[in-house]
Amino acid sequence: MSSELLNYILRRFGQLLLIVFIAVSINFLVPRLLPGDPVETALARLQAGGGQQSADIQAVSKVYREKYGLDQPLGVQYLNYWRDLFRVDLGVSIANFPEKVSTKLVNALPWSVGLLSVATLIAFTFGSLLGALLAWPGAGKAIQAVVPALMVLAAIPFYLLAIINVYLFAVVLKILPPAGGLDTTRIARLDWATVIDVLRHAVLPLASIVLGNIGFWALGMRSQMVSVLGEDYITFAEAKGLGPWRIFLRYGIRNALLSQVTALALAMGAVLSGAVLVEVVFNYPGLGTLLYVAIRGQDYFVIQGVVLLLIITLALLLFAVDLIYPLLDPRIRR
Amino acid sequence: MNERLRRLQSALARRRIGRPLVAGLLILALIVIFSLAGPFFVDAHDAHVGAMTPRRPPSWAHWLGSDSQGRDMLTLLVFGTPATLKMGLIAGVIGVGLGLLFGLLGGSRGGIVDGVIRVVADALLTVPAIAILVIIAGNVDRMTTNVMALVVASLSWMFTTRTIRAQVLTIRERAYIEVARVNGESELEIVFREILPNLLPFVVASFVGTVGSAILSVISLEALGLGALEETTLGNTIYWSQQSAAILRGYWWWWAPPIIVIALIFVGLFLTSVGFDRFANPRLSKRA
Repeated sequence: MSSELLNYILRRFGQLLLIVFIAVSINFLVPRLLPGDPVETALARLQAGGGQQSADIQAVSKVYREKYGLDQPLGVQYLNYWRDLFRVDLGVSIANFPEKVSTKLVNALPWSVGLLSVATLIAFTFGSLLGALLAWPGAGKAIQAVVPALMVLAAIPFYLLAIINVYLFAVVLKILPPAGGLDTTRIARLDWATVIDVLRHAVLPLASIVLGNIGFWALGMRSQMVSVLGEDYITFAEAKGLGPWRIFLRYGIRNALLSQVTALALAMGAVLSGAVLVEVVFNYPGLGTLLYVAIRGQDYFVIQGVVLLLIITLALLLFAVDLIYPLLDPRIRR
Repeated sequence: MNERLRRLQSALARRRIGRPLVAGLLILALIVIFSLAGPFFVDAHDAHVGAMTPRRPPSWAHWLGSDSQGRDMLTLLVFGTPATLKMGLIAGVIGVGLGLLFGLLGGSRGGIVDGVIRVVADALLTVPAIAILVIIAGNVDRMTTNVMALVVASLSWMFTTRTIRAQVLTIRERAYIEVARVNGESELEIVFREILPNLLPFVVASFVGTVGSAILSVISLEALGLGALEETTLGNTIYWSQQSAAILRGYWWWWAPPIIVIALIFVGLFLTSVGFDRFANPRLSKRA
């Protein structure tokens, strides 16, 4: 490994640490800077809402005070906050006391990561291919007709597409389930029936994210491809007598993809934000729905836990993209 | 002014103002007219709970029917559209203002100031906005549309900062800046008289993009139930329709009209920014 590559990886790793640091600090500071004690407020609201939980609320309150030592100076609290994070101790759920926040997160994470990564992979691959074809002079005029549709899709938020999808396919046509990750009656086992059930429930959320995303990737790829095809090395490749497919794939797509991957790193945050809401629309058992339920139930530690996990997951995904980049662009590898 | 007008005419003649820009501005103008003129044609009392029979489908008397609280949907739409636009515009102005300030500061100052601004902006750009906004909005005691605009504005400055900073860095190297410096202009004069006017197209382009992403953040928070729930906005209308399971029960007239208006706003902003890009960077239109 050359020193330049090492330098690149270290810089990217520094960025990863910085994102996590900012996220944790905001998570810690914002509730403490604003007037009032958020947990006490949440507990008071819960208490006002229903009497039968009051015994639990006393217990939660006690755990909470001991854990955070709110009488201590801010600096000490901040260090304790970090210490607990390293122990993966994110507190307890107020609504489902004494279930740990970390248990809830671990149950939800695979659903979100699965949904998000498959959707992004499909949208990125097909969007980029479509965009490259749109810029290719040999592709024919018929395909150009999809450009306005792509523009509309790129502009509309995913979660609106999700609502339309639920209505069309689950309410009007009734061919796919409207909500959930599994049939409520099914016990999850590793068999074909379960797998098919999971896939059936995933189709609409996946389709919503992919549709909302594909226009963005296609339009980006199209403009990249147009500028790549104007480069001198394309003219040279044609002059050498290379076949059009070889020029299209090896000379065109390969170079245009570079900036698409850079865009991937910048767009993932927005994609994740959109996917959270798509999960809410479909009541999909991932982090988004967990966040929504926690917000409605004033479940303070769960909200904080989901937010942290979302940011850290994304930072790790970005770091992975950053690590892939040198494989595509040999200029960094040198 | 005359000079500007002539430039506009020649731009139109040379088709630098393309169809996307015209279409985008037209859509946005329609929405603005709808939100300005709408209140004269509806009765504000119809937006109150129990104003009419609940859950009516669209009819001649009530074009968009009513929701489960007996509110007239068309009236909600008329009052919700300007409220949503207002949040986007306030957040857009503040976000672009902050972005301009940070971008100018970083680009012209350099050094540690620039380093901190650049690193923080880059890091915040990659964080999912909704995660941080949820924490801020969730800790606000009484949410109103104005507070919502401020919350969203807090994460709306990074993109403008990046764009402006990059532009300042290239402009700073131009010869006329050197001329101004030799002429004895102070650093501040150079920033405001030589650099700032050249940033105008980028400020406008950033503004269009920022308003779009601010509205997206607003309706995202509203969809999670963190909006100003007592006020009428497009996002809240969709939120309430979801709360009453309007989608599964087939009451499309609750959620389809606000979705269509939001979609139109986004398509309008998107086309405007695509078209404006082409207007501001004529080289692009030659390629695409």
